[in-house]
Amino acid sequence: MPAIALEVNGKRVTAEVEARLLLVDFLRERLGLTGTHVGCDTSQCGACTVHVGGRSVKSCTMLAVEADGGSVTTIEGLATNGTLSPMQEAFREYHGLQCGFCTPGMVMSATDLVRQNPGASEAQIREWLEGNLCRCTGYQNIVKAVQAAARAGGR
Amino acid sequence: MAQGGIGASVKRKEDARFLQGKGTYTDDVVRPQQAHAVIVRSPHAHAHIRAIRTEAARRSPGVLLVLTGADLAAEKIGNLPTGWQVFNKDGTPMVEPPHAALCAEEVRCVGDQVALVVAETKDQAREAASLVEVDYQDLPAVANIAQAIKAGAPLVWPQAKGNTCYDWHFGDKAATDAAFAKAHRVVSLDLVNNRLIPNAIEPRSAIGEYDRATDDTTLVTTSQNPHLTRLLLAAFSYGIPEHKLRVVAPDVGGGFGSKIYHYPEEFLVVWAARKLSRPVKWTAVRSESFVSDAHGRDHVTHAELALDKDGTFLGLRVRTLANLGAYLSTFAPGIPTWFYATLLAGCYRTPAIYAEVRALFTHTVPVDAYRGAGRPEATYVLERIVDVAAGEMGVDRVELRRRNFIRPDQFPYKTPVALEYDSGDYVATLDLALKKADWAGFEKRRSEAKARGKLRGIGISTYVEACGIAPSAVAGSLGVRAGLYETANVRVHPTGSVTIFTGTHSHGQGHETTYAQLAAEYLGVPLDKVEVSHGDTSKIPFGMGTYGSRSLAVGGSAVVKALEKVIAKGKKIAAHLLEASEGDVDFKDGKFTVKGTDRSKTFGEVALTAYIPHKYPAGLEPGLEETAFYDPKNWTYPAGCHVCEVEIDPETGVTRVVAFTGMDDVGRVVNPMIVEGQVHGGVAQGIGQALLEGAVYDDKGQLLSGSFLGYTVPRALDLPAYAVGTHNTMCTHNPLGSKGVGEVGAIGSPPAVMNAVVDALAHLGVRHLDMPATPERVWRTIRDAKKS
Repeated sequence: MPAIALEVNGKRVTAEVEARLLLVDFLRERLGLTGTHVGCDTSQCGACTVHVGGRSVKSCTMLAVEADGGSVTTIEGLATNGTLSPMQEAFREYHGLQCGFCTPGMVMSATDLVRQNPGASEAQIREWLEGNLCRCTGYQNIVKAVQAAARAGGR
Repeated sequence: MAQGGIGASVKRKEDARFLQGKGTYTDDVVRPQQAHAVIVRSPHAHAHIRAIRTEAARRSPGVLLVLTGADLAAEKIGNLPTGWQVFNKDGTPMVEPPHAALCAEEVRCVGDQVALVVAETKDQAREAASLVEVDYQDLPAVANIAQAIKAGAPLVWPQAKGNTCYDWHFGDKAATDAAFAKAHRVVSLDLVNNRLIPNAIEPRSAIGEYDRATDDTTLVTTSQNPHLTRLLLAAFSYGIPEHKLRVVAPDVGGGFGSKIYHYPEEFLVVWAARKLSRPVKWTAVRSESFVSDAHGRDHVTHAELALDKDGTFLGLRVRTLANLGAYLSTFAPGIPTWFYATLLAGCYRTPAIYAEVRALFTHTVPVDAYRGAGRPEATYVLERIVDVAAGEMGVDRVELRRRNFIRPDQFPYKTPVALEYDSGDYVATLDLALKKADWAGFEKRRSEAKARGKLRGIGISTYVEACGIAPSAVAGSLGVRAGLYETANVRVHPTGSVTIFTGTHSHGQGHETTYAQLAAEYLGVPLDKVEVSHGDTSKIPFGMGTYGSRSLAVGGSAVVKALEKVIAKGKKIAAHLLEASEGDVDFKDGKFTVKGTDRSKTFGEVALTAYIPHKYPAGLEPGLEETAFYDPKNWTYPAGCHVCEVEIDPETGVTRVVAFTGMDDVGRVVNPMIVEGQVHGGVAQGIGQALLEGAVYDDKGQLLSGSFLGYTVPRALDLPAYAVGTHNTMCTHNPLGSKGVGEVGAIGSPPAVMNAVVDALAHLGVRHLDMPATPERVWRTIRDAKKS
């Protein structure tokens, strides 16, 4: 089995994995990072979104071996010493989550958007989030939260 | 008011864990020695099982167990019951076929369970499942209502002639016929309420566990009502006594009705775990959810409205065909009947109503309650036909509604379809919604859109729903095989912190915050000293769970009753400590005070005394913990008005909601932020139903919309920003005055959207089109209208 070495949430991880193992299964089942969720089998719901090398990626579309030598951040790695990131804080403030299942993917995706486009308009936010499905909120409060986090200059 | 009490938009207590990936959903739970289950499902809508060969699967690496319907039949267990009995017009009971957790001889829908494979790992289980050979003899299927009712159609169940589960009616036929006989005008309309697939973003999952030493069984499951699941598993599908069976529903990622029911997989993981004495986990992949989660809606209706020459409604006649799928899911028979026909009065004084509902079996996934459940179907019928009537009579559609509304001074109002509305102000929510939506200024926006080549339309709907289900005795008389009260336990700890145990379940609704606000309000304790516990039958006395917008109205009422008992006992303790008589002690803002004095004891001091009862009233039990059961006296009746504006591109048929306004009456609001969020979510699902969503089966019963590629769950870009508000009248019969909010958005919005679509196309002669108004359907409608 191939051996991989990568950084996950700032910690070095080495493992032997089957070549077919998806990154999302590696994170959830091998590392116990269950904050990254699986909501579909066609790479459309976005619940599994993480950052690889700082960019948002659906971790169900990537093999664990492809992350070899790279750096992965999951929802568990976003807060610093228990302080929520500006995006996490904005989701709380604006009620941008209900059941919480799509939330990790939403937050990771939105964090990347604001990093790339701090002045994103409402339309740009809605367009960016097309790869993240939420069935609870109707999106309005998610959009508000992302706008607020962008204003706060936050990631 | 206590800080964070009733009326405060407190930020949610549960968010900290969800935002940091610390939520614990069923699939996140990992038990030592956990094995993995995969279910072999039928690829056919209808087939005879000639043989199942499992040898290769059994020999596959890591395989621990392979079970089939023959194993199940041998043990005479695994039949899933339905919880609601409906009777035919002639008084005979509905046809109630068996529902085996694994099929032995025949499969009746794509996705039907045929075999269970358990292995050491998920991959090994999947590989072995692919080696199970099932020899099917394909049989003709009925995939929809039209096929099911054809003479000589294949039968889903031989005992259900004409594929009819029941042929039910409700209301006064003679009075309705008489109303139609004297009508100035009769308006009729045929409409379809499209079949929906709930698609909570968390797929269902279940873990069975068995402890050989104690003979205890545990089921961890994605459920909206763990006690109900335990009851059904204990009393019907398995027969494990309830005291040896624990059901846990941890964090659950959305439900919308689809996680109410007792599903085959819950039985199967328990069965396998008991055989292996090892935990067994099953988690659906999404394409499996599409063919195994109960679907919603699926009605075909013919409706007629009788009016006098002033536009006063004289009578309503409705004939509905309802698709129940291949098996009766837990609530299914009750949805197109008691949840539907009883709501056909809506906000109106229609004096005579008669409904006939024929429910049909088809070779499709079972259909059951989905957000709104029966009430969106009723609202859609009513609000569409009212618009059509306004058009045909040349009366303004707002004016026609207003003319027929039940007036504020007419409450309590008894409808001809059994319900007694306790309170409401339909004129007020209508006027506020029209103002907020700038109804009066619409024609200017229409012309402006026309200049851009777009067809703009505006639509309105008003609604009443019956929720806060339900008074147990009444529900029982309607065929419900359970009580529908709710349970709460309030445990005050010696140091004054509080745990609330509730039989309802939160899967997005924010109960951990809302119920804590009740404790803050009543006991004056800070929110961070209150914990709300739900979803574990070993912790909570009992409960019926969360559905039908019942949690605050029924569950919250139970919490309030328990809090009041705590205060009453606290007064006895405080009176003793203060050497006063109990009647002279007041409780306010967390303090027990002797009336007219400054002598007082804090809530914390009283709590401590209850557990260290050194100076204590004679004869009073120590401790400060109270349980309450609350059985509602009536349903609650949220109501309101929704206004929608759409723009249609006539070249492509693409329809966009450009403005959406909601004005809802939900009774007492505890947390306005959460209430608004609930309305947003409901409206999103309603717009989804109107414009985007629809389960599509082909004529052979193959589900064509079997993934997110073929079934459109609304994305952020598909939805507008909503302008919603509330104008509340209080529920008169529960202690909080709350009516419920979970479903209002999904009930009120679909007819508002469709009335807007029809309004945009009315100048082309379009009178009606069915949901979903997809670009293709709208484009064809425009093309056909132009042709004619």
